[in-house]
Amino acid sequence: MNQKTTLIDRRNADHASISIDVEAVNSKAARELYKKRTPIYPKISGGPFRTLKWGAMVVLLAIYYLTPWIRWDRNEGAPDQAVLIDFEGRRFYFFFLELWPQEIYYITGLLILAAVGIFLSSALFGRVWCGYACPQTVWTDLYIHVERWIEGDRIARMRLDKAPLSLDKARKKISKHALWITIAALTGGAWVFYFGDAPTLMREIFTGQASLAVYLFIGILTFTTYALAGTMREQVCTYLCPWPRIQAAMTDRHALSVTYKVARGEPRGAHKKGDSWDDRGDCIDCRQCVAVCPQGIDIRDGDQLECINCALCIDACDAVMEKVDRPKGLIAYDSYENVARAVRGEAPVYTFLRPRTVLYASVLVIVGAIMLYALVNRTTLSLDAMRDRSPPFVRLSDGGIRNGYMIRVINKEPRVRTLELRVAGLRDAQISAMALPSTIDGGLIVTARADNVTSMRIYVASDAANERSNPITFVLTERSTGKTAERRAIFMAGTP
Amino acid sequence: MTTPDKNGVDDFTGTSTTGDEWDGIRELDTPLPRWWLYLFYACIAVAMVYWVLMPAWPTPNGYTPGILGFSDRANVAADIKSLQAARRPSFERLNAASYDEIVADPQLAEFARAAGETTFGDNCRTCHGAGGAGAPGYPNLADDVWIWGGTLKEIEHTLRVGIRSTHEDTRMSVMPAYGRDGLMSAKDIGDVTEYVLTLSTARDREKPQATAAARGAAIFQQQCVACHGASGAGDRSLGAPSLTDDVWLYGGSREEVRKQIELGRGGVMPMWETRLDPAMIRALAIYVYGLGGGEAEVAEPVSPTATDASPPATRAPATP
Repeated sequence: MNQKTTLIDRRNADHASISIDVEAVNSKAARELYKKRTPIYPKISGGPFRTLKWGAMVVLLAIYYLTPWIRWDRNEGAPDQAVLIDFEGRRFYFFFLELWPQEIYYITGLLILAAVGIFLSSALFGRVWCGYACPQTVWTDLYIHVERWIEGDRIARMRLDKAPLSLDKARKKISKHALWITIAALTGGAWVFYFGDAPTLMREIFTGQASLAVYLFIGILTFTTYALAGTMREQVCTYLCPWPRIQAAMTDRHALSVTYKVARGEPRGAHKKGDSWDDRGDCIDCRQCVAVCPQGIDIRDGDQLECINCALCIDACDAVMEKVDRPKGLIAYDSYENVARAVRGEAPVYTFLRPRTVLYASVLVIVGAIMLYALVNRTTLSLDAMRDRSPPFVRLSDGGIRNGYMIRVINKEPRVRTLELRVAGLRDAQISAMALPSTIDGGLIVTARADNVTSMRIYVASDAANERSNPITFVLTERSTGKTAERRAIFMAGTP
Repeated sequence: MTTPDKNGVDDFTGTSTTGDEWDGIRELDTPLPRWWLYLFYACIAVAMVYWVLMPAWPTPNGYTPGILGFSDRANVAADIKSLQAARRPSFERLNAASYDEIVADPQLAEFARAAGETTFGDNCRTCHGAGGAGAPGYPNLADDVWIWGGTLKEIEHTLRVGIRSTHEDTRMSVMPAYGRDGLMSAKDIGDVTEYVLTLSTARDREKPQATAAARGAAIFQQQCVACHGASGAGDRSLGAPSLTDDVWLYGGSREEVRKQIELGRGGVMPMWETRLDPAMIRALAIYVYGLGGGEAEVAEPVSPTATDASPPATRAPATP
């Protein structure tokens, strides 16, 4: 099952005298159950996709590490961190937004948008998320780069691993792992800044004053970063991640993805300079596409769940095609439909408007519109009314009936608000509370705390309640802005 | 992971076998997944460490305490102690402040209310019901009708000394059992019942008999006015309830009113002075006061002879 190919790379002067095993060690055929991980030594490649990956890495890492340090001026008493998940205060701050726990549906909507966004991008361009933006990809890429910086490129790393232990080998290995752990610790360290004031937390972490939970989470994320990006790498995509499996259901034959053009490449074989290109494919079987692959597969085997569509093989193949003076794009973004068409000798077709993409785009637009509408019409004033369950009602000495309620005024604005509480729907209803002033017309004056919930016990009395259960409405009014909030409730009555 | 195996290798899967065979079926010796095996070893190692650090093994005299000295019982005791220490300043403030000061300080008032609610649940709820809803024979504490007074000071006093309790200054009122003790004939009791119903707003419901009520009025003037007053408005200084409203301790039907005149029932509330500390009694008073029936402090003391004093005719709980 395990076919090894040993060949001499004749076209690369650096490698001219070195016999190397370029083997797709992580392809389905090469993997055995219970086998220890076979290390992959991805070679550096250069080209537009490598540049794109560098760019994506820099931008994404910058977003991750720098976001907690962005300051955002809010009112007195509120944190000045732009993005903050405040578990203690039970708030989520995102620039101009401040969400309460009961508004978790905004996060749900965001997750739906993210999921549908990935579906759409997959249906159009294959696994661009896997190849460029997934944290696993970004950090693995960073770790491979560190490894390459300390131990050298592919051949040097393979030699180093085969070499017996020496002082130089130990130095390289130790410095690599030390650097990896440092990056991992920084990753875990940056994570906790999203949950507390970054400058304060930074000081606390270094002076040993931060809470155990902070150190614990830094520890956990340091370990997972080091393990996942340093030692597990492609195994995460191959064994742990559900996305490669889900992906199959989200794309179709027309989705662009990194493909080897079989019709043009085959039959493959070594090619000497000056030989004819007639009656043979363009693939010279140099296996550079395998050498640069961080996933340890051979793209020429076709669609594989191990492939993250990072397109580094495109860069590698294009460089070789340039050297042998053949057109670029033997490996390129293309659809399986076109690969099949090329085999049949038909012209390629590109259809981006397909039922699938239209559906994903519509869902994206609809969910986005609903989210936007909900966000724009988000209420910052609401109230709850909980009627006392025991006693359900009280008969008064003058024959009237009184009910007790717990009123919770929810004020999501960062300012103290003076409000008026009234009750409607019941004739002769009198509203009162133990320590609240009244308005002239019998309402209660309520002072709602800034960005908080204010609870108060209030009483409603009436001798006009004819039913056992009488619907009433509490109305909260802010006189200065004219904003109102209503809450329906029940007024209970009965005979002694 | 293929290891040379003396028991042979299964042809189909290529996996070594255990050597056991039943009717030609051989058992595969499939290796455990690496991660599982290592996790298992790690668990064993953690267990060993745990035995040393934490209480683990039973001994004839108890158990091995472990070098960390962990004890759930001690932790709970420490938690309670620290909680008590944390609450002590608030209770001290509660004890020192006047009721006006407590009500004016929302934080302290809420602390008192919360402490009172818990204590009410532990001690008072059995008789008075959740939220002071009351039950026949156990007064409702959420309405605006009080037998002994509904100001904070009166509530506190009632809590301290109890009603018909063993305290020497206890609230004491005894209604004679006119029927059981033969102080009144059955016919007279019936007549008084009719009269009492005419005094009360229950008259619309019970429709008392006019002639019997007229006879009962005369008996009422002899027997009942001393405590309940000429108009039946009651007297809080004596613990005599008002008969003019439609709120009844033992029920407002004709039968229940008659039964009360016959038996002269009166419940007992224990004194809490000996069971709860003064700060907690004040917290309890604030909680009960806040149930809805609390009355404002009256500027001038009510004259003990003012038998016609009617209870405050407001539906709203008072703001002290």
